[in-house]
Amino acid sequence: MTTPGVPEDVRDEAEGVRGEPQAVRDETEDVRNAPWDVPDGTRDVPEKPQGVPQDASDEPQAVRKGAPALHERRLHPVTPLRRAWAPVAVIAGWAVHDPDQAQRQLTRVATTTLLAALALSVLAAALYGFLSWWFTHFAVTDTELRIRTGLVFRRTAHIRLERLQAVDVTQPLLARVAGVAKLKLDVIGTDKKDELAYLGQEEARVLRAELLARAAGFAPETAHEVGEAPVRRLLHVPAGVLAVSLVLTGATWGTLAAALVVPPLLWFATHSVWTVLATALPLLGAAGASSVGRFVGEYDWTVGESPDGLRIDHGLLDRAHETVPPGRVQTVRIVEPLLWRRRGWVRVELDVAGSSNSVLLPVAPREVAESVIARVLPGVTVPASLARPPRRAGWCVPFWWRGYGLAVTDTVFVARHGLLRRSIALVPHAKVQSVRLEQGPWQRFRGLADVRVDTGANKTVTARLRDASEAAELLYGQADRSRTGRREARPDRWMA
Amino acid sequence: METGTSENAGQTAGRTEGEPVWIGLPPGLLRMRRLLLVVWLGLLTIGTALLPGLLIGPGWAAFALLPLAVLLWGWSMLGRNWRSWRYAERSDDLLISRGVLWREETVVPYGRMQLVEVTSGPVERHFGLASVQLHTAAAATDARIPGLDPAEAERLRDRLTELGEARSAGL
Repeated sequence: MTTPGVPEDVRDEAEGVRGEPQAVRDETEDVRNAPWDVPDGTRDVPEKPQGVPQDASDEPQAVRKGAPALHERRLHPVTPLRRAWAPVAVIAGWAVHDPDQAQRQLTRVATTTLLAALALSVLAAALYGFLSWWFTHFAVTDTELRIRTGLVFRRTAHIRLERLQAVDVTQPLLARVAGVAKLKLDVIGTDKKDELAYLGQEEARVLRAELLARAAGFAPETAHEVGEAPVRRLLHVPAGVLAVSLVLTGATWGTLAAALVVPPLLWFATHSVWTVLATALPLLGAAGASSVGRFVGEYDWTVGESPDGLRIDHGLLDRAHETVPPGRVQTVRIVEPLLWRRRGWVRVELDVAGSSNSVLLPVAPREVAESVIARVLPGVTVPASLARPPRRAGWCVPFWWRGYGLAVTDTVFVARHGLLRRSIALVPHAKVQSVRLEQGPWQRFRGLADVRVDTGANKTVTARLRDASEAAELLYGQADRSRTGRREARPDRWMA
Repeated sequence: METGTSENAGQTAGRTEGEPVWIGLPPGLLRMRRLLLVVWLGLLTIGTALLPGLLIGPGWAAFALLPLAVLLWGWSMLGRNWRSWRYAERSDDLLISRGVLWREETVVPYGRMQLVEVTSGPVERHFGLASVQLHTAAAATDARIPGLDPAEAERLRDRLTELGEARSAGL
């Protein structure tokens, strides 16, 4: 089915940009005819029914026009089911949120009416799920992943593969049982709607390999057969170490203590069961999420390296497989909680533009973490010592000024903050978008200034309380470095 | 820094390393802001003078001194703030410096610019002013030059776009 995409392909071919191998493969899949070939904006709903019956019929028009017919595919047939249970979930959520009201309402209506209404809404949701699945198609072209979806409001997303920032294949628990997976491409500006959920497990793997091969710049003819790049395992976090690291984390104990102390206190104060439940449940939830939830999510954490970039696999119940292509990492942060320091453990986080996942290593010895960072940011070594602000910075931020630090190497801008929970941020010069110098009145009185470095992942790294003249020098120096830093960077298509 | 490219040779003649050619804002912005200040605070002053003065007693009209003081203070503050704004086009990046008490200086390499925007509201248009805003991939980048002459704003936009294209870099 080549819908709004067709005119573009025609144009592209006229310019002689695209090859035709894509067109040859498409025999069995349906190809839509002229009424569908309207550019965006003019597509309206009444046309839709015309398009549907032509499924699975070979339309000669497309061949005649010479448009490379896209191999359009549907998602896995299990997909509609995930929507069918939405009404049940809504009712359950309402009942939990407001039990009093729910009970009163439920006793008023007869059981049969209730069951009928429930069955009807489940059916309606199933129908909606089926239709939205029916009208969702995706196709891979040489340069793009195209997703066409929408029942009433149609939507076409063309995601450019060379702008790819990361690929995630995730499998929630139920999806694992059903043998399906969710595939998400992180490109700046994509949203939740642009993920492919769900695909068959194997299909998701193959598609990821193909997308990465195309994004890497393999020739279109071979991209299909390249297959998965070999992975070399860099690190595996043992479950025991992960458990100990969580035990040594303050947040775990803080939320747990809150969950154990606050509800009894509330009980003595109010003697209202609902008040206690309403506070205890979220608190217990938070405590669970920060201890058990984190353990389950970060269980079996494996970091690997492949020509396609960094591979991160993790999860006990929900499995996630993330791939970050080379040169996409904007910032790396080394976090060192107070209680981990004796064991020399650190947590490493990374920022990728357009991606929400941020952990690279949940826990690892510092040397190991640094060697992994050296693989993630080639040619980068974490500087051993960072320059503290001048002593007079204590007048601006008493005591905590000792936590701040700065170092600039040939490749990265490094800034540290935090006294108890130290956090060191590394920004490659090539990833700096803009540099700012800020100085408040009190800072100027003391001859100090902050230097802020903005990266493409919408994070700002700040070197606080530097000497004013040093900061001014840093501002211009950093602008020069970030301008030239890009020259040595690898191309977007890392295999080209 | 080497001298600029040929199209801005006139402006950058004699440029040397570390000595950017700063350009201030035209007086139109100051005029507009001061006029707005006078209009609004003037109305407030008259209101606070007349209402209590007529309703309660003439002594209460002294309340009007408060907005009047704010007006006078704001008059000079606007001047200081306007003088603090300046920008410089270097051969590879744009500098914007602003602020009196809270000073801020921003450097945006041309290659990092994603979008250059010229905006002009109804009031600004009446005063013949336009703002130029630069966007990079980082939302935190706050590079805006307000109160430019529309011709200058357009020249800047075209030049920035051109330089951005020439030095374009990915993320």
